[in-house]
Amino acid sequence: MDATTQEFKPFNIDLWKYDGHAGALIPLLQSAQDTYGYVSERAMDYISQVTGIPSAEIYGVVTFYAQFRTKPLGEIVIKVCNGTACHVNGVKEIANTLKDELGIDYEETTNDGKFSMVSVACLGCCSLAPVMMVNNETFGRLTPQKTRKVLRDLRRK
Amino acid sequence: MKTVMVGLATCGISAGGERVYKAFQDELQNTDFVLKETGCIGMCYREVLVSVANGNGTNYLYGEVTPDRVKRIITEHVMDDKPIDEWLVSGENREIGFFEKQHRIVLRNCGVIDPGSLEEYVVAGGYQALEKALKTMTPEQVIDEVSKSGLRGRGGAGFPTGRKWSLTRASKGTKKYIICNADEGDPGAFMDRSVLEGDPHAVMEGMMIAAYAIGADEAYIYCRAEYPKAIARLRQAIMQARKAGFLGENILSSGFKFEIKIKEGAGAFVCGEETALMASIEGHRGMPRFRPPFPAQSGLWGKPTNINNVETFANIPWIVLNGGGAFAAFGTDDSKGTKVFAMAGKVKRTGLVEVPMGLTINEIIFEVCGGITNDKKFKAVQMGGPSGGCIPAGLGETKIDYQQINKTGAIMGSGGMVVMDETTCMVDVAKFFLAFTQVESCGKCTFCRIGTKRMLEILERITSGEGKEEDIDTLAQLGEQIKIATLCGLGQSAPNPVLTTIRYFRDEYEAHIRNKKCPAHVCTPLLTYLIDAEKCNGCTLCVRSCPTNAIVGEKKQAHFINQDLCIKCGKCFTVCNQGAIIKD
Repeated sequence: MDATTQEFKPFNIDLWKYDGHAGALIPLLQSAQDTYGYVSERAMDYISQVTGIPSAEIYGVVTFYAQFRTKPLGEIVIKVCNGTACHVNGVKEIANTLKDELGIDYEETTNDGKFSMVSVACLGCCSLAPVMMVNNETFGRLTPQKTRKVLRDLRRK
Repeated sequence: MKTVMVGLATCGISAGGERVYKAFQDELQNTDFVLKETGCIGMCYREVLVSVANGNGTNYLYGEVTPDRVKRIITEHVMDDKPIDEWLVSGENREIGFFEKQHRIVLRNCGVIDPGSLEEYVVAGGYQALEKALKTMTPEQVIDEVSKSGLRGRGGAGFPTGRKWSLTRASKGTKKYIICNADEGDPGAFMDRSVLEGDPHAVMEGMMIAAYAIGADEAYIYCRAEYPKAIARLRQAIMQARKAGFLGENILSSGFKFEIKIKEGAGAFVCGEETALMASIEGHRGMPRFRPPFPAQSGLWGKPTNINNVETFANIPWIVLNGGGAFAAFGTDDSKGTKVFAMAGKVKRTGLVEVPMGLTINEIIFEVCGGITNDKKFKAVQMGGPSGGCIPAGLGETKIDYQQINKTGAIMGSGGMVVMDETTCMVDVAKFFLAFTQVESCGKCTFCRIGTKRMLEILERITSGEGKEEDIDTLAQLGEQIKIATLCGLGQSAPNPVLTTIRYFRDEYEAHIRNKKCPAHVCTPLLTYLIDAEKCNGCTLCVRSCPTNAIVGEKKQAHFINQDLCIKCGKCFTVCNQGAIIKD
């Protein structure tokens, strides 16, 4: 891939497509995050230049919504479901196990940049509670033992 | 037609549905069977679900299908026409009770048709209601029919849908909007997701009929970004409808024009509130504003706007086609039709059920859903998510009806039902919901922003054994103040879980405060960790994990915990492979 095609990222395409219609800010931010994995300060400045919305206001929107991240995530993202069913079925034990094994808390990334742990509202697999999602694979009916095993298998890979 | 259908809604996929689908794909290549995917039939507890239709009118449903089981289903059932009895959940060995008391209006097509196929929706009667409305009814007649049905908003507040439509219709202005609220944020609720994934065209048809009735030509579906499958289904459905002439200019040669756009939410619970939702569509922080003006007068970009929830829209085509009277035949005096509930927690059959209004809570939990997991004691059911409340087992004969549920202090809400047994701590549940609303508070109203924080601090104190005698009264007082001094539904309802648990389970709060005990053994700081000498094999895993060296004992001999040193972190409990650590 040469330098020009590398620049040709979906986020840039969406910026070019921007035609001044109202309500485009959130989709543009989503596009930036889809492309780079997080919303960087640079991306916010770009959007500000194109749309004329002040950077401060954009920052306000970014920090309001849970979906937007201002820092990159680790290689493997562990989403721990904190929905009601998972809570009632003891996801706290699972989270404690993860915290213990990885040495990080929610919204943190390990020093080697390998694992990030995030809390999500509901993954929608309440019947398999407690549940976590590792990248895009779901692990259900977790126990502390099963959780440790999943982590060990991931480390070995 | 000979078909094999695999349930591939989010619940099916998380249970491994895609691997099962792939296995069938490989095996069915040289047969005359067609492989299809379908939405959620509601039996999440038996996922992955696969139905086999032999083309002679019989239809068999298999539960808990794994890729390993695929081969036997193919050789015995598909090839040899001998269904495998022990794996079936329907057909001749139908699961008793699950479907008998249900009546499916909203979920009529979920798990039955392929949601990716417009043709199947049309064959199932789809878009006939739109045609009927456009060709034989005036907008006023459509609104009359919806009013007659008694349908009330299924998003939670329960405002009569017909009245909402006529208010928006009566508003001045030529430009009007329809919004479908698909920002289903209650933890533990997944009805709307299942409908969008299993029958997207039904929701869109409902929106089209609403648009015709109020005189709108443009609509938004505001869907949570956490529902990627639902969003993909909607995009596909919009494209299909546009191609088939159900969207665009001059729909069904009637002169009616309509467009639907999708807006992805960005993860803010408060955006389920209508004015916050509109602010979010406009690209701002999703903060609610004062009403009036109501969206019906001045909504999205200042234009009259009609907002309904997914389930409300999904009811509309059925009502137009079968008449408002047929819908009103179900239910009670106050609440008509059916309601979908997402069953989760300590109940045997978790999943989606649609029942006529007027059934009792006990009927849903014990007859439809088979009772409590491991046959433990039913303690309470939480209805309405973070805005709702806990209804104790003693009120299990309460009917599903807006008024009756409100009397208990809970709300009908969007339809999440979280069942709790004796191992659930009610103080902890209240803390869980409050922690959720506290984080999700947009920060506009002082009472919500600071009040919920103070309440949460008190609950944290109580659950960590430092509760004070006056805490319960302070919580109740703060709760009442937050309810009256906040602008939107989030703040007004945030104290509900705390207030209802105080009302019905005051003794549990008192046990935490006075005796420093958690009766359900959930609140860690109030527990005592012990080692069961019978089960302990002396592996020393716990000794090595204990941060305070509180566990002592020789290798291969039973260990014990020095309570003076134990900080109750629970690490030993998570590492023990023998189940020897007991919480008391």
